[in-house]
Amino acid sequence: MVAPNDLTAERRPRTGTDPEAGPDPDTRLDLDLDLVGVRDANRALRALPAGRRARLTAPRGRHNLAVGLTAPVTVDIDGPAGYYAGGLGALATVTVHGPAGTGVGENLMSGTVRIRGNASQSAAASAHGGTVVVEGDASLRAGISLKGGTLVVAGNVGRYCGFMAQAGTILIGGNAGADLGDSLYEAVIYVAGRITSLGTDAQAEDLTEADVRRVRTLADAHGLTHLDPTAVTRVASARQLYHFSTHNAGRY
Amino acid sequence: MCGIVGLHRRDRNAPADLGARLATMLEALAERGPDSAGVGLYGDPVLTPPGTASVSVLTDGPDGPLEPAAVSAALTDLTSDAGPATATPVTAVVAGPTTVLSAATDPAALVTAVRRARPTAVVVGRGHELAVLKGAGDPRALVTAFDLPARTGWQGLGHTRMATESAVTSAHSHPFAIADDLCLVHNGSFANHATIRRSLIADGVRFDSDNDSEVAARFIAAHLAGGDDLTKALRRVCETFDGFFTLLVTTREEFAVVRDAIACKPALIAEAPGWVAMASEFSALATLPDLDDATIFEPEPEEVYVWSRRTT
Repeated sequence: MVAPNDLTAERRPRTGTDPEAGPDPDTRLDLDLDLVGVRDANRALRALPAGRRARLTAPRGRHNLAVGLTAPVTVDIDGPAGYYAGGLGALATVTVHGPAGTGVGENLMSGTVRIRGNASQSAAASAHGGTVVVEGDASLRAGISLKGGTLVVAGNVGRYCGFMAQAGTILIGGNAGADLGDSLYEAVIYVAGRITSLGTDAQAEDLTEADVRRVRTLADAHGLTHLDPTAVTRVASARQLYHFSTHNAGRY
Repeated sequence: MCGIVGLHRRDRNAPADLGARLATMLEALAERGPDSAGVGLYGDPVLTPPGTASVSVLTDGPDGPLEPAAVSAALTDLTSDAGPATATPVTAVVAGPTTVLSAATDPAALVTAVRRARPTAVVVGRGHELAVLKGAGDPRALVTAFDLPARTGWQGLGHTRMATESAVTSAHSHPFAIADDLCLVHNGSFANHATIRRSLIADGVRFDSDNDSEVAARFIAAHLAGGDDLTKALRRVCETFDGFFTLLVTTREEFAVVRDAIACKPALIAEAPGWVAMASEFSALATLPDLDDATIFEPEPEEVYVWSRRTT
C-alpha cells in the first residue's frame, strides 16, 4: 500500500475564493466519523444539494462510506476506507485519500470514485457506469463482472482481473496478475505492462486506432502519463465459452 | 465470516502493551465474529512464567473451576511413578471461560496431570510460552473477562468467530492450540475436513471437537512432529485442504500467514522494522499507533509468509 497521502494541501481555509469549495463554501459539510455514525453521515451526504462538497474525516477503515449517492456532489474521504466506498453511486465524485478496502466503487452507476492509494479486492465490481480510478495497485478480482463502467488502475492488478466482465473498459497502467480476463464477455482490457497469464477464453488482440484513441483519452483524463497508448495489449473474449456446453465442461 | 488479528514483535525487549494492542484490534473485528472470541499470547509472565510449562483448560463447563491443588497432587503422583515423589506447586489464572495452569515441569506432564485431575478436561493450549484464552460469547465482553488489556508478551493472535459449520461453544471457538506452543486461527471453511479428519484419526490423532479448523491445526501439528518446518507444513495445507481459508499460525519463534488459491477471505499484513501485524480488515490495523512505520500489503494466494523472531 502506498504511503498515506499528504492531506495538508487539501485543507484549504474555507474562503469564498476557494475554487474547489463549491458554490457556497461556507456550507461545505465536514463530518467527523468518530462523532457521526456511518449511517448518519451517509444520510447527510445524500441530502446534499447538487454542486456541494463534503469531507469525511477519521474514516479509519470504516465500511460503506459515501455509498448510494445520487446527486453531482463531491465527497472527500480523508484517509483509509473500508469496504464498498462510493459504491452504488450515481453522478457523484468520491475521492478516497488513502487506500480502500474490498469492493470500492462496487455497482457504480455513474460519476467517479478515485482512490489515491491502493485498492483491495474486487474494485469496481459490477459497475454499470462511471469511472473508478485507482492511483496505486488493485488487488485480486479488480473489475469482476464489470457491466459497462470504466476501471483505470495506474499500477498493477492482482489475479483474476476482469473475471466474467460483461461490458465496459479496464485500463491497467502496470502489470496484470494470473488469469486475466477469465471468462470475459464483451468488456475490453488494456494492459500497459506484463501479463502473467490470460484466463480461460481471454485472448490478446491487435490494437485498432479506436483502441489507441480510447486508451489515450483515459490515460490523459486520469493522469497515467507513464503509459504509451500505442504499446498496450488489448485483451478481449475469444467467445468460445459464451454458452454452456458439456463439451466444454473441463474448460470453465 | 470471522475476524483474525495478530501481532509479532521481533524484539525480545518489546513494549509491554501486547494485550492492549490485541484488545483494540480484536474489538475492531467484533462484528465479523459476534459469537465467540479467543487469543493466544506468547510470553506473558503471569500466564506463562519463565521456566514453567503452561496448560490452558476450558473451565466454563458443568465441572466448574479446576483447583490447582488437585492438579498439583496429580503432578506429584505422576513424578512418583518415576521415582521419589516431589511436590510440584501449580498456579492457576482464571480468565473468563479459560483457566491457565502453570508449573515447573514440561507441558506433556502438566497435560497428563490435568487429565488425571479431571478426565473430561478440554485442553485448549499448552507449551512453555503460549497461553490460550477463549470462549463463546460477545467478543467485547470476553476481552474484559480475559483481562486482555493488562496482558503482555511478545507475540499474540486473536479470533472473533461467526460460526458457519459447527456449534457455538467454547470448545469450538478459536484459537486451536494442540501441540506445544503451536497456535492457529482460521477465517473460512474447509470443504474436505471430514476426509482429512478420518485419515488423521486412522493415524491415531484424537480430536476435541468437530470443528473444521481443528483439523487444520492437528494436520499441521502432525506434519511438524513428522519433521516438516512450518513453511512446508503450510504448503501441505494448500495441497491437501479444499475450501476457503486465511490462516494465521504461530509457534515459539514464528508467525505465519497462508491463504487458499481463491483468497476470498480477507487478509492484510503490516510489516514494520520491529514488528509484523496481520488482520482481516484495515480497521483493526488502524488501531495500531505506529502504523505509519509499516508497509501494508495483502498476502498472495497460496503463498506462505513466515516471520521469525530475532533470537539474538
